[in-house]
Amino acid sequence: MSERPDINSGSTDARLAGVAVSAPDVKQWFVREVLPLEAALMQYLQHNWRNRSDIADIQQEVYLRVFRAAQESGLPERPKQFVFATARNLLINRVRDESVVPIEAVADLDALEAAAEAPGPDRVTLARDELRHLQAALDRLPPQCRQVVVLARIEGLSRREIAERMGLAEPTVANHLAHGIRLLVDMVLGETPARRVTP
Amino acid sequence: MTSELGNAPRIKEQASEWLARRMLGPWGETDQAALDAWLAQSLAHEIAFLRMEAGWSRTERLTVLRGSGKPLPRPASNPRPARFRVAAALAVVAVAGVYGAYVLSGSQSQTYATAVGGHKIITLSDGSRIELNTDTAIRTTFRASRRDVALLKGEAYFQVEHDAARPFVVSAAGHRVTDLGTKFLIRQNGNRLQVSLIEGKAELESVGEGVQQHSVELTPGDVAVASAEALNVFRKPEKELHDELGWRRGVIVFSHTTLAAAAAEFNRYNSTKIVIADAQIGNRVIGATLAVHDVEAFADVAHEIFGLNIQKHGNEILISR
Repeated sequence: MSERPDINSGSTDARLAGVAVSAPDVKQWFVREVLPLEAALMQYLQHNWRNRSDIADIQQEVYLRVFRAAQESGLPERPKQFVFATARNLLINRVRDESVVPIEAVADLDALEAAAEAPGPDRVTLARDELRHLQAALDRLPPQCRQVVVLARIEGLSRREIAERMGLAEPTVANHLAHGIRLLVDMVLGETPARRVTP
Repeated sequence: MTSELGNAPRIKEQASEWLARRMLGPWGETDQAALDAWLAQSLAHEIAFLRMEAGWSRTERLTVLRGSGKPLPRPASNPRPARFRVAAALAVVAVAGVYGAYVLSGSQSQTYATAVGGHKIITLSDGSRIELNTDTAIRTTFRASRRDVALLKGEAYFQVEHDAARPFVVSAAGHRVTDLGTKFLIRQNGNRLQVSLIEGKAELESVGEGVQQHSVELTPGDVAVASAEALNVFRKPEKELHDELGWRRGVIVFSHTTLAAAAAEFNRYNSTKIVIADAQIGNRVIGATLAVHDVEAFADVAHEIFGLNIQKHGNEILISR
């Protein structure tokens, strides 16, 4: 259990050997390479783990392990394979640890290999598509939450101004905004825009 | 197996709360220290916050909707006309040599800063608001008789709550702007200082050592350019001033801008730098509105419109033929 995810056994080139990586570099790498995989990762976890209430924890644990591994042993050369191998190992370990988990929960584990090989989301997205995507996400927020996000993010109003304008207490404004941030970030990272461009 | 099991939803919540608090302001050094302490508590906190910030920065493009005419939701209970409108505008560009050390004493000073790519809105105790653009630092010193703000570097937009008994004075690069009921933009670029007055009135004075003494009162529609040697006033169309403030909405507006100038502007906001391979390419002219952090969209434009080559090497995007 304490073993670290077995990095894609079979590919010795999975990581750059012995590279010291500074904290900001790991962060940048994480934002650039790992976060864009969130949609695929969540799909994979939801597909392979029956108990939905565990998913957030498993996702967090995958991120923690990937981040730590990058800090300690250098940036993985193939981030996508590394992230999915980490997720797979984590699920397998969990199944071993928790005998209560029905075997169907991991029935699809083999599909992982295929998922890890599938092309990742391209990072270049046309501006108009992304804007449309964002607007759709915004429109899915609960009404008050949406309005606070619009006033804070788009109109740039202060907490006091929003509170006045909406007739809310200031702490309520902050709560709505936090909730909106959470939902939007989940949507933004968890969904891939349809249109992709490869430079 | 893990120390954070079962906490993930709560940690996410906390990360979003910190981000919301920071965004709504006021955000001072104590707030930053509290956030730093929370981040230092565990790697899970740090990653959750990193994820939240990164995801949230991708919603920045939404800010292009600002003032787009798309009706904003109105509160059912308390309908009032929108208070923020871009009004007739005036810009002053002042250039200065030395930033005379401005010694302030005997009152609380507070420093606010943004990193490259940052954007921060500060609401001061008097209700005035200052928006900091990328790579900017200011120091505020408030006294009973006077409100002083020093622009140490970068660019900031001021919306001042006017108080005749307590002047609001911004100093930068050997110049001083005194608010007479104003919204204005100040940008310091090396020894150049640019002040854009968006609304109201302000007085611009040259006060630094070695700076030739000038004083001019700015009214909406004017643009002033000052240097250590000279101070010029001209006018800029409202549309151009609105574009100059694009960063407040998270965008950069290029119109008839050379690729080289556009790249330089983009590079102010991002650690990934755009490098234009040769001068001829750099002379091509573009017009576009792009999110300040969307370096890739910029490369995309260069690729799709001019058919240029885009190569990424680490923190550099090389644009070549």
